[in-house]
Amino acid sequence: MNIHEYQAKELVRRHVVAVPAGRVAASPQEAGAAYEEIGRSHAVVKAQVHAGGRGKVGGVKSVSSRAEAESVAQELLGRPLVTRQTGPKGLPVHKVLLEETLVVRSEFYFSVSLDREAGRPLAVASARGGMDIEELSRTDPTAIASEHGDLWCGIAPFQARKLFSRMGLPHDLMGPMTDLMTKLGNVFINHDCSLIELNPLVLTDDGRLVAADVKMAFDDSALARHPELAALRDATQEDPREAEAKCSGLSYVGLNGSIGCMVNGAGLAMATMDLIRLSGAEPANFLDVGGAATAEKVAAAFRIVCGDERVKAILVNIFGGIVRCDLIAEGILTAAREVELRVPLVVRLDGTKADEGRRALAASGLKITSADSLEDAAAKAAALARP
Amino acid sequence: MSILADKETRVVVQGITGRAGAFHSRTMLEYGTRVVAGVTPGKGGETFEGVPVFDTVTEAADKTGADASVIFVPAPFAADAVMEAADAGIGLIVCITEGIPALDAARAREAVRRQGARLIGPNCPGVITPGETKLGIMPAEIHKAGCVGVVSRSGTLTYEAIGQLTRLGIGQSTAVGIGGDPVIGLSFTDILEMFEEDGATDAVVLIGEIGGTAEERAAEFIRDHMTKPVAAFIAGRSAPPGKRMGHAGAIIAGSSGGAKAKIAALREAGAAVAESPARIGETLKSVLPPPR
Repeated sequence: MNIHEYQAKELVRRHVVAVPAGRVAASPQEAGAAYEEIGRSHAVVKAQVHAGGRGKVGGVKSVSSRAEAESVAQELLGRPLVTRQTGPKGLPVHKVLLEETLVVRSEFYFSVSLDREAGRPLAVASARGGMDIEELSRTDPTAIASEHGDLWCGIAPFQARKLFSRMGLPHDLMGPMTDLMTKLGNVFINHDCSLIELNPLVLTDDGRLVAADVKMAFDDSALARHPELAALRDATQEDPREAEAKCSGLSYVGLNGSIGCMVNGAGLAMATMDLIRLSGAEPANFLDVGGAATAEKVAAAFRIVCGDERVKAILVNIFGGIVRCDLIAEGILTAAREVELRVPLVVRLDGTKADEGRRALAASGLKITSADSLEDAAAKAAALARP
Repeated sequence: MSILADKETRVVVQGITGRAGAFHSRTMLEYGTRVVAGVTPGKGGETFEGVPVFDTVTEAADKTGADASVIFVPAPFAADAVMEAADAGIGLIVCITEGIPALDAARAREAVRRQGARLIGPNCPGVITPGETKLGIMPAEIHKAGCVGVVSRSGTLTYEAIGQLTRLGIGQSTAVGIGGDPVIGLSFTDILEMFEEDGATDAVVLIGEIGGTAEERAAEFIRDHMTKPVAAFIAGRSAPPGKRMGHAGAIIAGSSGGAKAKIAALREAGAAVAESPARIGETLKSVLPPPR
């Protein structure tokens, strides 16, 4: 789960990591008041969306008066912001963050993430902040220092010192920098983060170390034990279809093609999408009803796929194991009667009780195309979706 | 012969009286798996389908000689269950549970390694040696005993591949689901190494997916150490970056974890990579050495 910049900053500020003086605002009036409260002549207004690349598309603007703060907020609020990370529709801006403008001496980079292969936190630091870290790792890998942390304390002081020594910074920064690293390592562990990224981490002209931008994401599997973090979720930043699916315990990712998919198991669901593409069509979604799908889940999944206007044909691919295909068929029939099927439906059932399931579908009188293999199913769905 | 588990393996099921644990313990017993003990804290002294239930894994291992564990404990407690099994000296720990926090899984993995035990999963279908034993939730009837090793990050996609093999008359030595989470126990490389050394395995099917670099590591191992042929499939070529595709581990992060690089690495290493998930069985067949 991702959170907004202003939420991440509030979180790290509470753990005594300095962030710019700032206020969040949901209306132009609030933005004006926030400008006064910050009390500096120069401020920045930053659109709050769950995506990077805001600066390049006008989502971050400098202002130097209350009126200007209000008019920039007016411009940004209530409108979608399209960046290179949002997709063509963009994400809605419901809040802006007003902050003091920092007078920058240097920009650094610092992040903690989970190294999945090593199974340990990985801290990454660089004296060259403010740019894309992946880009930097290609162009100048020696400018990046990394160190595996600890699963219990996050980043030990000695690990922070090792990182610092490889950043090539003057000694007077050693105390504040290693302190910041160990504190954030601790935040990472205690909040079950999947990512904390400070880019840039700014050294101001007056010698303060300030987290000018903070990005935080949490392990979805751990949210149940962090209700205070789960409450930070902003559903408006998610695809509404994905949010609806989540409520039904389904795993869904919206895509832009014309074939709606419903599959049991994530690997098989991805493979089905791949096969649709090999058949010359594009999938409208990824949808995993789970390795142990029930008739209710199938019905819920069906409603989501049918509610998507882009869908020109639906492909259901179930490999029954623990799941019985006859029960899946029942779920399909219940849902198909309820939502009024407006597009062709191709169903491939294999494994446990597949014959019974197929018979039930055939006897229903509904227009359902049965497929006897994965390949056959994808080819039939692709043919039916063609205009 | 086989890898990891055979008909002698003595299994303790952790969470045997829960819904999933009970259901799958029955199917394991039906298959012939030697389920010698169950563990449910607070239910020690009871029996389940004639299997004695204990409060702790240590007690279960001491009294029944269990040397492998299958875990169906709910996610918030599953990492602790893994550590308990390792602490009890269980050598093979198969964790089926999905949704374990990644840091918990990482800590459990460290505990397992310290004890010199082996962890399969979490978030996996388990291990099956067809005709001998099943430690997991896979539908047994699609399998057939034979000489092809199968290793996969997925569940139902593995069943799909095994169904294709069986339909072609190709049996399996052992099939291992290593799990779809970001942090898992044994990796592709660990399992490939076992298959390479296993006298009963002639060829291997590897089923990977987007996310992480485990397939790239596997490709390095195949290139440098495998003499047996490998057929592979990588799911998720059509997946968009930055989106979690069902499995917690299936996400393309930045420039890492995409399907293209994995497929290229495996091909370069000499593996036969199927273009279509419908052709995994045929691809394996094309590289299978003639029967000895």
